[in-house]
Amino acid sequence: MNKILVVAHKEFRDGFRNYWVLAAAGVYAILALAIAYFGAVTAGHVGFTSFDATIASLTTLAAFVIPLIGLLIAHDTIVGERDDGTLPLLLSYPVSRSDLVAGKFLGHSAVLTVATIAGFGAAVAAIGIATPEIRTPAAWSSIANFLVSASLLGASFVGIACLISTATSEKARAAGLAFLSWFFVVVVFDLVLLGVLVLTGGNAIERAIYPYLLLLNPIDVFRLINLTGLGGSGGNAFFIGMTAAHVYPPAVLYAALVAWIAAPLGVVAFIFRRQEI
Amino acid sequence: MPNAIEFAEITKRYGAATALDGISAHIPPGQVVGLLGHNGAGKTTLMKLALGLINPTNGRACVLGLAPNTVEFREARSRIGYLPENVAFYGNLTGREIIDYLARLKGAPAGEAGVLLERVGLAAAADRRIRTYSKGMRQRVGLAQALLGSPDLFLFDEPTTGLDPSATRQFFELVNQLRASGKTVVISSHLLAELEPHLDSALILKNGKLVAHGTIAQMYDAAGLADTITIRFSGKPNGLLREAWISTLPSPPRMRGPSVVELDVPQARKLDVMRHLMGSRNLSDIVVREPSLVRLYTTISSAAPAASDKVNSDEQDSRRRA
Repeated sequence: MNKILVVAHKEFRDGFRNYWVLAAAGVYAILALAIAYFGAVTAGHVGFTSFDATIASLTTLAAFVIPLIGLLIAHDTIVGERDDGTLPLLLSYPVSRSDLVAGKFLGHSAVLTVATIAGFGAAVAAIGIATPEIRTPAAWSSIANFLVSASLLGASFVGIACLISTATSEKARAAGLAFLSWFFVVVVFDLVLLGVLVLTGGNAIERAIYPYLLLLNPIDVFRLINLTGLGGSGGNAFFIGMTAAHVYPPAVLYAALVAWIAAPLGVVAFIFRRQEI
Repeated sequence: MPNAIEFAEITKRYGAATALDGISAHIPPGQVVGLLGHNGAGKTTLMKLALGLINPTNGRACVLGLAPNTVEFREARSRIGYLPENVAFYGNLTGREIIDYLARLKGAPAGEAGVLLERVGLAAAADRRIRTYSKGMRQRVGLAQALLGSPDLFLFDEPTTGLDPSATRQFFELVNQLRASGKTVVISSHLLAELEPHLDSALILKNGKLVAHGTIAQMYDAAGLADTITIRFSGKPNGLLREAWISTLPSPPRMRGPSVVELDVPQARKLDVMRHLMGSRNLSDIVVREPSLVRLYTTISSAAPAASDKVNSDEQDSRRRA
C-alpha cells in the first residue's frame, strides 16, 4: 500500500504542476456556468432556471467533458513511461506492476476528483448565490450525489485510460484509441440505442433489455444516477424514455459505476503482469 | 558464498529471432564483471532477464538466491542498483525530486538523495529540472539512483555513454570503491579499453551466445593471445628476418614500415626473444605490448561460431587453429 501511495502522490503532484487540475477545474466551472445560464435559451429566456433543469444541464455537460478529461490525463500513463524509457528503471525497483498501476490510477483519479469538485462545485456555489430559492436540503443532496457520481465517472475513465495505456505500444496510438473510446461511449453507444428505439417504436423486448444495456456504458450509469429522479426535462426525454420501465435503486447504479472502475483495472493488472518490458 | 547471479541454459526468443541462446554462466559475489559484445549481442536482454523485466523462453536464472520472475524477488530488488542503457527520467521533475521519489519506492533512508547527488557531482544542479540537464548529467542522476539503499548487486548497462573523460574516470573510481566494499558490479559496455583495468572477469556474447567466460587472464590463455613486440631499426631489418629462431614463432613477422617489424611472442618465450633482439644490428627501439581486452574480444568474436554464421564455422575453426 505504501508503494501505491508513493506513486499516487507523485502523479497527483504532477497533475498540479502540469496545471491539469487548474485547467480542468476552469473548463468545468466556465462550461457549467454557461450551460446552466444559457441552458433554457431555446425556451426563450436566459438565466438560472429550475434546480432540476440545472442538474440536468450539468449532468449532460459532465457526461461529455469528464470522460474526455479523464482519458486525456491518463491515456499515456504507462505507454508514456514505455515510450520515454522510464518504465524499465521503475520496474527494476521493489514495486509490483499492479501497485504501479494502482498508484497511477489513484493519483490521476485524485487529480480529476479535485478538478471536478472545484470546477463544478464553484459553478454550483455561484448558481446557489444567484438563486437563493434552490438552497434546499433536497438540492444539496442532489448536488452531493452529482459530485460523487461525477468523481466516480472520472475515475472509471481514468481506469479505461490506464487500460488503453497498458495495451498500446505507442503514445500516439493510445491517444487515438482514447479519442475513439470517448466517441463511442459518449456518442455512438446512445445514438445506436436511440436509433433502434425510434425506428422500431420501442417493442417489448427492447424495453426489457435497454435498462440493462445502459449499465454497459458508465456514462449512462452516471446519467441514470442523476437524471432518473428529475423527470424528462430538456433533452433527456429520449434517455428517460429508455429507462421508464425500469428504475434502479441508487446503490445498484453506484455499484455499476464502481464495477466500471474495477473491471478495467483488473484487465490492466492481468495484461501488465504478462508484458515484457 | 553463493553466486550473485547464475544463468542455467537461458534461451530467450522473440518470435523467430533468438536473442539469447543457451547461456550458462555464474557471477561470484564481490567481483567486477564485464558483459561484452557487439550491439545486439544480447547484453541488455541478459540484464533485463536478471531483473525479471522479461522471462526466459527456456532455462532459469537465479539472482541474489532468487528466481527473478517470482513475487519474493520483488523485495530483493531493493538490493539491486540498475542503470539502464540511455536512462531517462521525468523532465518536469528536478534531480532531487527524482531521487527522492525513487528513494521512497526503494525504501531507502530519507535524505539520501542529497548525499548521492553530491557524490555524483550534481549538488549544484540538484534543484534544476531534469529537462535542463545535459546527457552526461542525466547519466549521473542514473548513477545516483542506482546507489540508493546501498545495494549488493549493481547492473550498469553502458554506464559511460554520454560521460566526458573526467566523469568516466570518476565512474570507474566509484566502481573500484564498490568492489572494495564487497559489492558485485556487472558492467555492459563495448568501450573495452577503458573497462579493462577495472574488470575481474568477463562474459563475452556474440549473437546471443556466450563465446567466452572467465577471468581476463584465463581468457587470454584460452584464446592463445601472445605479446606483441614491435622492433624499430635504424636501417633495414634483413638480418633479423633471416634469423632461424624467427621461424619458430607461432606467426610470421609483420612489416609495419621499411624498418619496423612486429612479432607475436608467447609469454613463455618473451625473455628468450628479447635476448636474441638485443644482439641485432641497427636496433633502434623495442616496444612490448601485452594482450588487451580489445584484441581478446576481436579474436574471440571473430573466431567463435555463432547461430547466424554457422556456414563459416569451418573457416573460423581453421583461423582459430592458425
